[in-house]
Amino acid sequence: MSDIQQPLTQLRILDLGTPAPRDSAAQVSLEIDGQQVQVDAGTSVMRAAALLGINVPKLCATDSLDAFGSCRMCLVEIEGRKGMPASCTTPAEDGMVVNTQSGKLEKLRKNVLELYISDHPLDCVSCPSNGGCELQDVAADLGVEETRYGLQGLNHQQAAKDESNPYFTFDPSMCIVCYRCVRACDDIQGSFALTVDGRGFESKVSAGQMESFMDSECVSCGACVNSCPTAALEDKAVIEMGQPQKSTVTTCAYCGVGCAFEVETRANDQGADEVVRMTPYKDGRANEGHACVKGRFAFGYTSHKDRITKPMIRDSIDEAWREVSWGEAIAFTASRFRQIQSEYGRDSVGGITSSRCSNEETFLVQKLVRAGFGNNNVDTCARVCHSPTGYGLKTTLGESAGTQAFDSVDKADVVMLIGANPTEAHPVFGSRLKQRLREGAQLIVVDPRKTELVNGPHIRAAHHLQLLPGTNVAFLNAMAHVIISEGLADEDYVNQRCEIPSWEDWCDFIRLEENSPEHLQAVTGIPADELRAAARLFAGAGNAAIYYGLGVTEHSQGSTSVMGIANLAMATGNLGREGVGVNPLRGQNNVQGSCDMGSFPHELPGYRHISDANVRGLFENEWQVKLHEEPGLRIPNMFDAALGGVFKGLYCQGEDIAQSDPDTQHVEAALKSLQCLVVQDIFLNETARFAHVFLPGSTFLEKNGTFTNAERRISRVRKVMPSRSGKEDWEITMDLANALGYPMQYSHPSEIMDEIARLTPTFSGVNYAKLDRLGSIQWPCNEAAPEGTPTMHVDEFVRGKGYFAITGFVPTRERSTRKYPLLLTTGRVLSQYNVGAQTRRTGNVVWADQDLLEIHPVDAEDRGICTNDWVGIASRAGDTVLRAVVTDRVQPGVVYTTFHFPETGANIVTTENSDWATNCPEYKVTAVQATKVTRPSEWQKKNAAFNRRQKALLDKARV
Amino acid sequence: MADKESNNCEVNREVRHLVSMANDIADNLGFRAEAGDNSAERIADHINRFWAPRMRALLLEYAAADGKDLSAALLSALEKLKT
Repeated sequence: MSDIQQPLTQLRILDLGTPAPRDSAAQVSLEIDGQQVQVDAGTSVMRAAALLGINVPKLCATDSLDAFGSCRMCLVEIEGRKGMPASCTTPAEDGMVVNTQSGKLEKLRKNVLELYISDHPLDCVSCPSNGGCELQDVAADLGVEETRYGLQGLNHQQAAKDESNPYFTFDPSMCIVCYRCVRACDDIQGSFALTVDGRGFESKVSAGQMESFMDSECVSCGACVNSCPTAALEDKAVIEMGQPQKSTVTTCAYCGVGCAFEVETRANDQGADEVVRMTPYKDGRANEGHACVKGRFAFGYTSHKDRITKPMIRDSIDEAWREVSWGEAIAFTASRFRQIQSEYGRDSVGGITSSRCSNEETFLVQKLVRAGFGNNNVDTCARVCHSPTGYGLKTTLGESAGTQAFDSVDKADVVMLIGANPTEAHPVFGSRLKQRLREGAQLIVVDPRKTELVNGPHIRAAHHLQLLPGTNVAFLNAMAHVIISEGLADEDYVNQRCEIPSWEDWCDFIRLEENSPEHLQAVTGIPADELRAAARLFAGAGNAAIYYGLGVTEHSQGSTSVMGIANLAMATGNLGREGVGVNPLRGQNNVQGSCDMGSFPHELPGYRHISDANVRGLFENEWQVKLHEEPGLRIPNMFDAALGGVFKGLYCQGEDIAQSDPDTQHVEAALKSLQCLVVQDIFLNETARFAHVFLPGSTFLEKNGTFTNAERRISRVRKVMPSRSGKEDWEITMDLANALGYPMQYSHPSEIMDEIARLTPTFSGVNYAKLDRLGSIQWPCNEAAPEGTPTMHVDEFVRGKGYFAITGFVPTRERSTRKYPLLLTTGRVLSQYNVGAQTRRTGNVVWADQDLLEIHPVDAEDRGICTNDWVGIASRAGDTVLRAVVTDRVQPGVVYTTFHFPETGANIVTTENSDWATNCPEYKVTAVQATKVTRPSEWQKKNAAFNRRQKALLDKARV
Repeated sequence: MADKESNNCEVNREVRHLVSMANDIADNLGFRAEAGDNSAERIADHINRFWAPRMRALLLEYAAADGKDLSAALLSALEKLKT
């Protein structure tokens, strides 16, 4: 817990110049500057020297990129060889004798450096990179202060800056054309947005084809900025605020990839730390030094003026808010909840845990509900995203989580991507996948839409199975049919690892003609030949891995699809080692964690059913309270019960159910019917407009805790500044519990984690000291696996033998009709995150400032719709209006939009249909009609008026 | 009075929702069910494990009073529901 008092400061990891060789079997010994060193074969001389602590000067080399050999600074002498080879591109060999220092080498290096700086501004003191510039460091090391060549000749010193990107500047006058940015964009990010235009003296780094960064294909991941050795590519914040002074390692609060970052801060005039920039942390196992536009740049919301930092209460939602003390807000909430429970019964209140808050914080909310409220009415946002993953994988494999680490994909030969768009929604994993595809792995994309991975720069999917929304189970059954009927299954694996009766039943079922691709092509829209070819590719791979997203889960048969995916992986022997597996790409930063922490109404932490008396006894003993043995209400059932008049109070921690949940009008009616809605958030979100109590929470920069990402990786979140509201979220829940008469006493989240470890077998080995030591831990972490478990189900499945569930295709009730002839499906864009509460309050709006409706040219022409037209979209649940984009990314009959902007109200049109097993909403299929219109929908007008009224009621609190 | 009416309407909506949820469970767990297999147990077990007592009670109340929208597979499971 060293970090509590002293944050990790100035944690700069040595750059070894070139990457470690991959899968090296042999070792070689060599001598460098009189010292012996043993390294893996394939290691460069530069890296071998760096491992000895010998710093060979370099400009174009960095260990995050393959050697390039262009800057000529790293020349060395090797005995018995002619000339002076570049140490970055020369592999170390057995018996080699290397000199990195000599008079001759120094003279050469100085001369090269003088040539560099003859076309570089020499005013280091006024440069934003002063103190963080590799050119400056090399010049200082070599003692070069001026250039013999003078600065008068032809140069690039008047070149215009490109300031088009909201977050960074490109200043060509500072550029030394080392190609690091170009290589980072190609090799790490995979966007191929940068090039060097021209040759020789005319060489100039160029985005796109001599476009500005904003107009090019650049996705603003920041890899080029990170890799730039000079101030040519620099964060605007560094230019404005100066070089950061302190760095703290933490975990990103955006998507489920869970990237590790260094938060770099600087004291302002008042002495308070302000964030200058966030840079991806090289030692972070989830991201290994890469980032995306959200995590890298979009943190401005944390200090946005819309932040609410004082508790507020009101008696009814038609009244003005009143700012009150924490004590008054907590006492008000507690008395309201007690009063409701005494009038309407113990089950009349509940809570929602936040998938954006920490493990410790979600654990406390479910504890408050179970122990403090005395019921099990607790649920979490995973209800609306990956609850089918939990159910499906628990049923088939025995554990409610993905089976691999992200780096497993580096060993995959065939990747099948179903209903996921990682380059938009999980960008850092998307880049890793693209790296593997460029190395030759094959890709099968199963998606109603043409995503970037179907056909992108240097990437082309072997198969794009463009199925109709709502037919995933039919598709999966057809895949299985081909594998079983053509004898492609791995029967040895199945015999050894799986439950044979279930396998035999499943085979009998899957062999039926009704599951053949020929029979199902009319349902799925996938040509049978193409599907057969894809099935053969998948089954024939050495290592085949399945990655999937919400396009699998958010369906009426989401859970069935997840089981179908597990069946395919088991039948082909693709579980239990690296390079394979079943990999759910989880949405929010801590949605895996919130599920692990017992946020579902039927499960205690660690996915143990509430009806299990032994497990309940364990918690009852620790918590000193009797627990209710029956499952509580799920979110949609809370809404139903609210409208039924029996559910009256809801404590909602960091989730915007009014925007994110389907059938908005139903949700709003339910929220309006509550007698006490408590919203704990950083902004007055859409849900808070219906609230009676607002408890201001803290951002990830303002608290300690842990997040768990999609690969079960538990990583620390570290406080870099005091909470703007004065309380970390776990403290608020603790105060509320105490006010309700259920005592909670913690002085630090590490104590909550210790309690989690005591109560949860898969977490028993987790503690903060170990997290600090190891950096991160993938659960299960216990006596059997003290440092965690990167790959699950290695020798046997968690449930023992793998279970093949029968996955009958039951078509959704939602189908196109004459009145609603199109199928609407939903998704994400790269620059925005979830309901947009964070990203809409950052510079990211330059990439997307509204939700758009994608419609195929044929459907658009039938309706007279052109790009940019206002389009009304109506379903049986409601209607809304947004702008159209006419594109063949969608197929005829299918339209597509996102739900990042509340004024769009995309969920006005989604319905109450849901997954049969978990009630995960069927966001991905809604029958709609689209028509050209000229004005907003009635709901949008009413919503805008309601917003104005609520804004006025907020303004009254703030005067 | 108006309030009460809208409440009644919503109660109906809640029951309608529960009926369609229960039918979905029966359609999926009772898929290709044959006489004498255990699909009724599986359907009942699922509802017992995941539904709050009030939801089960409302479903049973509807089954007793009307029940016309309940699928055959679901009807076979009702007697095994915990009350």
